[in-house]
Amino acid sequence: MRKRHTTKDRLITVALHVALAAGLFFAAFPIYWMLTSSFKSNTEIFALPPTILPKAFTLEAYAAILGDPVKLRFFFNSYFVAFVVTVLTVLIALLAAYGFSRFNFRGKGSLNTLIISTQTIPPITLLIPFFGLVVSYRIFDTYIALILTYLVFTLPYAILLMTGYLNTLPRDLDEAVAVDGGTSWTALWRVIVPISLPGIVATSVYTFLLCWNEFLFALTLTKSTSMRTVPIGIQLLMGQHAFEWNQMMAMSVLGSLPLLLIYLIAQRFFLAGMTAGSVK
Amino acid sequence: MTRQKRSRHRLKRTVAPYLYLSPSLVIIGLLMLLPMVTVISYSFQNSAVLRRDPSFAGLKHYQAIFADPVFWASLWHTLYFTCMSVVFHMTIGMIFALMLNSDRINPTLRNILRVLYILPWLFTAVIIAVIWRLLLEPNGVVNSILMQLGLIGSKIEWFSSPETALHAVTFANIWAGYPLFMVSLLAGLQGIPKDFYEAADIDGAKGYQKLTFITIPQLMPIIISISLLDFIWTMQVFPLIWITTGGGPIYSTEVLSTYTYKLAFSSYNLSQASASAVVILLISLGLTLFYIRYQKAR
Repeated sequence: MRKRHTTKDRLITVALHVALAAGLFFAAFPIYWMLTSSFKSNTEIFALPPTILPKAFTLEAYAAILGDPVKLRFFFNSYFVAFVVTVLTVLIALLAAYGFSRFNFRGKGSLNTLIISTQTIPPITLLIPFFGLVVSYRIFDTYIALILTYLVFTLPYAILLMTGYLNTLPRDLDEAVAVDGGTSWTALWRVIVPISLPGIVATSVYTFLLCWNEFLFALTLTKSTSMRTVPIGIQLLMGQHAFEWNQMMAMSVLGSLPLLLIYLIAQRFFLAGMTAGSVK
Repeated sequence: MTRQKRSRHRLKRTVAPYLYLSPSLVIIGLLMLLPMVTVISYSFQNSAVLRRDPSFAGLKHYQAIFADPVFWASLWHTLYFTCMSVVFHMTIGMIFALMLNSDRINPTLRNILRVLYILPWLFTAVIIAVIWRLLLEPNGVVNSILMQLGLIGSKIEWFSSPETALHAVTFANIWAGYPLFMVSLLAGLQGIPKDFYEAADIDGAKGYQKLTFITIPQLMPIIISISLLDFIWTMQVFPLIWITTGGGPIYSTEVLSTYTYKLAFSSYNLSQASASAVVILLISLGLTLFYIRYQKAR
């Protein structure tokens, strides 16, 4: 390869690094500011000139959040709903994906198109009928309302993701089970599931993210403070203590932890889940 | 195998896929397709949801919406918000992907920067909204930096003055959304065969020629499909705007989703809100058809 160390060449490299630094500032400064503000006192956040590092490092904001049972309940609700929806979604999507990947049947193409197109249905369109249904079945302000409505939005993409994964697994494996006289059900649980772990993890990560981030349904289909999830909790916090920015930032940091941890631990699965549908 | 056994086996092969798909189809049918029919029927009723025996309203609610200047303003804001977001998501995503893909940077630095550039993606819309509210507070850090640099003379109320609010929420959304493009384009860049560039080098092609004749045409399928998806999803954005400005001040950041939400849950005019929701659905479906056709043509 060419390796010319001309002045022009060096200038380009320097310019590239300057641009990279500018990009880093753009991408990371807001997050840096959130993180450091959560360790500042409320007066220091608006100090002039702004302090880049907390002058008086304090954990008082975190203590205020973690010491308040109402806020802990927000976290419990978010984890609980996201966990239940993830388990249900993965199970149901796995079955559907197995059907799509291993069988040919009438209507397969149109069902596939249906599932692709349901991905883009605007949540706001479904919100009003969901509200009507939830009220008339008396499940307003319950976990069931959230779990059922979240399921509709996690399922289509989870099916596509799992089908894509199962299609990469060789068919000889389940045919071997059929030769031994096993049914497709046995093949699924004995052969497919154990080797589908990467696909299952990617689907779980994606589903969990979607539930953890959901705002509109949680806002509308729950009412009592004890049923609220973290995103709504942050909004409530903003209404109640409009000027306690350090607490809001601490709550935001705590609310971002699951996604950050998943990303750091399972970066590969995270990216697979977030991009598979759009790149293919 | 006896004939009887074989035919039973065949029956199993025909019924089995439907059984595997049935839980999904029941959920999608009952909780997605049925509600879609319901919202359409609500939009033709008087006092939908609120009354047990609503009367038929005809096209009244649609006429009311189309006669409402706030609806048209919301449509315009949605278009501005969405187009600007998609264009800048694509531009920033492309620039970052090209920079990270350059062989002029050291691999360790590249890996670190790749993780850091993805950061905005890892935050929920609500949290992004709260972060930007803090940054753009009149007494906040953005104003104080801009004033120290001499770029602005006085503190700007980014989210609460009608001139700047729409630009401010659009900017926050641009910041939040470019990583999808970046990650997808980076994957696309790594998939372009090296020979293409080597052949271009032999022909004496310049850097920008390689970009316009090899890189961009090769990435076009990704650019188009992600732009379409991004357009559909950005059009539906709710929490970011709800938390930063709530559609205000004086409707200056009202978009279709906040407009519909307020009709339904602030004015409790669920029929008119349904009509507005159906309009949003139709726009989304139109774009989705376009997207599916494009995907199939590939």
